[in-house]
Amino acid sequence: MDWCATSAAELSRQLSNRAISAVELAKYFLNRISLLDPKVQAFISVSEELTLKQAAEVDKLRMSGESLGPLAGVPVAVKDLLCTTDLPTTCGSKFGKGYMSPYDATVVTSMRRSHMPWLGKTNLDEFAMGGSTETSFYGITRNPWDLQRTPGGSSGGSAACLAAGLAPLSLGTDTGGSIRQPAAFCGVSGFKPTYGRISRYGLVAFASSLDQIGPMAHTVEDLALAMDVLAGHDHRDSTSLPHEKPAFAASLLEPRKSFRVGVVREQIEDAGLDSEIRQAVEKTLEVLKDCGAEICEVSLPHSKVWVPTYYVIAPCEASSNLSRFDGAHFGFRAEATVAPKGGSADAGDSSPLVDMYCRTRSEGFGAEVKRRIMLGTYALSAGYYDAYYLKALKVRRLIRQDFDKAFEQVDLLVGPTTPTTAFRIGEKLNDPVQMYLGDLYTVGANLAGLPALSIPCGHSSSGLPIGVQFQGRPLDDCFVLQVGHKYQQAINWKPMPASVI
Amino acid sequence: MNASPYTLIIGLEVHVQLKTNTKLFCRCSTLFGQPPNTQVCPVCLGLPGALPVLNRRAIELAVRTGLALQCDIAPFTKWDRKNYFYPDLPKGYQTSQFDLPICSRGFLDIRDSKGAFEPKRVRLIRAHLEEDAGKSMHDESQGKADSRIDLNRAGTPLLEIVTEPDIRSPQEAKVFLTDLRLLLLYLDVSDCNMQEGSLRADANVNLHIPVDGKMVATPITEIKNLNSFRAVERALVYESARQYDQWKRDGIALGGRPKQTRGWDDAQGVTILQREKEESSDYRYFPCPDLVPVTLSKSELDSAKETLGELPAAIRARLVTQYDLKEYDSDVIVSQGRELVEYFEQAVVAGAPPKRASSWIQQDILRLLNERQQSLTDLGFSAVRLAELTKAIESGSIDTTRGKEIFARMLEDKNLTVAAAIEALGIKSVGDDELMELCRQLLAENQKAVSEYKGGNAKALGALIGQAKKKNPNADPRRVQELCKQILDSSS
Amino acid sequence: MSISSTDIQRVAHLARLQLSETELESYSVQMKAIVEFVDQLQGVDTSGVEPMVHAIELTNVLADDQVRNGLSREQALANSPDHDEECFRVPAVLG
Ligand SMILES: [Mg+2]
Ligand SMILES: [Zn+2]
Repeated sequence: MDWCATSAAELSRQLSNRAISAVELAKYFLNRISLLDPKVQAFISVSEELTLKQAAEVDKLRMSGESLGPLAGVPVAVKDLLCTTDLPTTCGSKFGKGYMSPYDATVVTSMRRSHMPWLGKTNLDEFAMGGSTETSFYGITRNPWDLQRTPGGSSGGSAACLAAGLAPLSLGTDTGGSIRQPAAFCGVSGFKPTYGRISRYGLVAFASSLDQIGPMAHTVEDLALAMDVLAGHDHRDSTSLPHEKPAFAASLLEPRKSFRVGVVREQIEDAGLDSEIRQAVEKTLEVLKDCGAEICEVSLPHSKVWVPTYYVIAPCEASSNLSRFDGAHFGFRAEATVAPKGGSADAGDSSPLVDMYCRTRSEGFGAEVKRRIMLGTYALSAGYYDAYYLKALKVRRLIRQDFDKAFEQVDLLVGPTTPTTAFRIGEKLNDPVQMYLGDLYTVGANLAGLPALSIPCGHSSSGLPIGVQFQGRPLDDCFVLQVGHKYQQAINWKPMPASVI
Repeated sequence: MNASPYTLIIGLEVHVQLKTNTKLFCRCSTLFGQPPNTQVCPVCLGLPGALPVLNRRAIELAVRTGLALQCDIAPFTKWDRKNYFYPDLPKGYQTSQFDLPICSRGFLDIRDSKGAFEPKRVRLIRAHLEEDAGKSMHDESQGKADSRIDLNRAGTPLLEIVTEPDIRSPQEAKVFLTDLRLLLLYLDVSDCNMQEGSLRADANVNLHIPVDGKMVATPITEIKNLNSFRAVERALVYESARQYDQWKRDGIALGGRPKQTRGWDDAQGVTILQREKEESSDYRYFPCPDLVPVTLSKSELDSAKETLGELPAAIRARLVTQYDLKEYDSDVIVSQGRELVEYFEQAVVAGAPPKRASSWIQQDILRLLNERQQSLTDLGFSAVRLAELTKAIESGSIDTTRGKEIFARMLEDKNLTVAAAIEALGIKSVGDDELMELCRQLLAENQKAVSEYKGGNAKALGALIGQAKKKNPNADPRRVQELCKQILDSSS
Repeated sequence: MSISSTDIQRVAHLARLQLSETELESYSVQMKAIVEFVDQLQGVDTSGVEPMVHAIELTNVLADDQVRNGLSREQALANSPDHDEECFRVPAVLG
């Protein structure tokens, strides 16, 4: 059986029929990882022993007749920005080398409760800051469709492991597109829920007001199954939605018969949009019409300033969130090299301590993280706060208002996930602004807190995957998934890993 | 009129640790004095991925304090991050309130019961909630040794109260802090224990010096590390003199030098320069994205108001009008806290004459509590017993000296009533006939005193009291004097 | 607004980053480009617009004041680069 081209939903059926055991499944994927991951480098850490132990427990429970959730025994790969007590949490940074969290992220606890074994922790851009998974301290992840290209990022490891058939399900995080852009680049499905739908407790913060955890999978049905495990109110996260948790997978069975779809004029007419991607999106719209969609054009007038708004707010929050990485209480600390200076009355500016801080942070962070800390510190500093940070917060509200207006006319926004297909490794590394523009179509959903889905909708002439993005009203997560599922049913979508040679 | 060549200008920043069971943003205990780093969790350690959740009780206590200080309570308040690096601050920022503090624009009226200064109103700029830092321990003897960090205190809720620069003398500063502390104790919002750091004050100080008809202001200094009310007073006396000397030497006025932070060295009795900053620290305050705002409705505030109870200033005034106590006496009782006020009033309800009960409390009960370092409850002398005792003294059935003996006896045996104690001590009241006989005897034996009395020295008879007591321990000295006078005056 | 190399150095110190000469140079160029890029915001009319801090705007999320168990000291100190039996250790705070 070709389990690497099988959806999690199908694996779940095979497991509950006892056609396969969780241990067999875990061994199958662990074996593929040991064979193929040296080429893809999707994982930072893998623990066979742990995975097999977790899988054996599921089998034991199943044998004893315990009634188990649908994903029990389905192994999952976890982005290494989520805290786990039994594997290191590195954040893709030198700072996190060997860091063992004394607590599990809430989503990790939820997966334990649902008896989902984990295969390992996946690679990412350092602290999720990037769109190519090239800035990790632990090496570059490659796109299984073309190993010379990036898988996108920052959840590049979680996307690449699916595309290479190394895991049937994975967790990513999305601050400006970090689930959707790599999903598009790697030909898989990825979902960023409404802000607050999934607890952020135990997610190492990049930009707290934008960060969301989300599932990545082969199919939308799998995403919905994962949402049933991951979503829900958490009293440990003050920004967690208090609303009742919907039944995601069940809702796929009762789709709306007709709905209105808006195509964002500013995106579909964008001169920078790859024409093959435009065509693929237009084809998607045709399919949606057959699924009962009424299509019209809508405008999001402030979409041209999404990226500048994002690149003020996210670095500002990040500069503060990453202050705790200073070598004082946990993680990396630079060796003392210089003799402590003495005699200063000002403890704030020159002391062995300040020296330690500066050397630790300079050695511990990579170039992109330092760049963003600098940018955020600048935008919050005296004299610049109003012009940058406060201004960006105001524009953020205008951006949200654009969406609110659009959603008065339509139920769903459909457009490209990315302006281009996967780019070459190294291509944008020294041009931050070009790299940032990769988030052109995705950051709006983070700024406004909307649910947003990226699913495969074709390939370029060179064989690279293309993604289409569906965005819904806040809290309308189920509807977004319903349409995605309907689309995949309509085109008879089958999981399709790349053949890594 | 003040002969001082300058006016002293003082503003205070007071950090009050609120009386919650748990920290401001996590559910770790706030208990004082636990072994280092045993009251910590991922949140207050600032571990990656941990998130804060606000303590409901801290908001309630801040509102209570704000209402008692006549503040405006913000209907909408939020949380901001104050960013700076320090090892007692594990997140690299302190969660505080910047532009929308929970309380603003209040005041506290202060007065000195001995009239050392005119009663005055000290205006408050704001009071905001914030989390405390941990504790850094520097081994000074080893100079450049490492610092050790204990994070038990990190995250404890503080209310930072900031006054306008309305305070004009070290005494006023001390009275302000004393009265503020008393108010907080009555509100039951803080332990206000200065040794444990649950009440901490910093002072901003400068001088206004009249020069050729114009006013010159000296550079402001901030004095930290004021660990007792006495330290506040001494530091301010020292600092005002130091600033005046400095100004006479260099003539530098406000703006001519960056603001200094100076630490008070209690042992040496001096303030010591800690830091001098060219640019004011750039804390990059911004709204904390991990916490959501708090709104307070008018009805919530109204019901909070109803639970404040009667506060010191009102009680002080009431004891004077209702019981005819002197202001000073009322102040002494109120300053001891709500428990003693209630004790006093219970005694009065049980029939104690108010003035006698007040003086008995001040002279006997408080002295004893002080000596024994006991609380009123531990002492075990109920308000009803105090009423019995003071009533007996007031009626003259026992004298004060006897009263003290009875009091001492009752403390030994907590079940004794006053009557039983009198009985146990063998005290009987002595009839006037018996006393008359005793007085005649006394006068006959003390001709010198008699002639002095007759010579116009009314006090001469006082010398007889001791002898009267020896002859009959139950003799009431006051009555003995009266009877002696009666005999002598009628015989002349 | 343009960003000077004095700005870069001031900001680096605020963020406790020590930049080498080469980093200083490349960051100056890149930061200038990024700041020019985000300066597009200055062209947006935001008069009368309230700032939006949170993606979903909630209020009054409060927890009861009841103690819950945290971490043991051993767990608290486990990831620290330097500690003794009781405390975290850091280089001297005072110079
Ligand atoms: Mg403060
Ligand atoms: Zn804690």
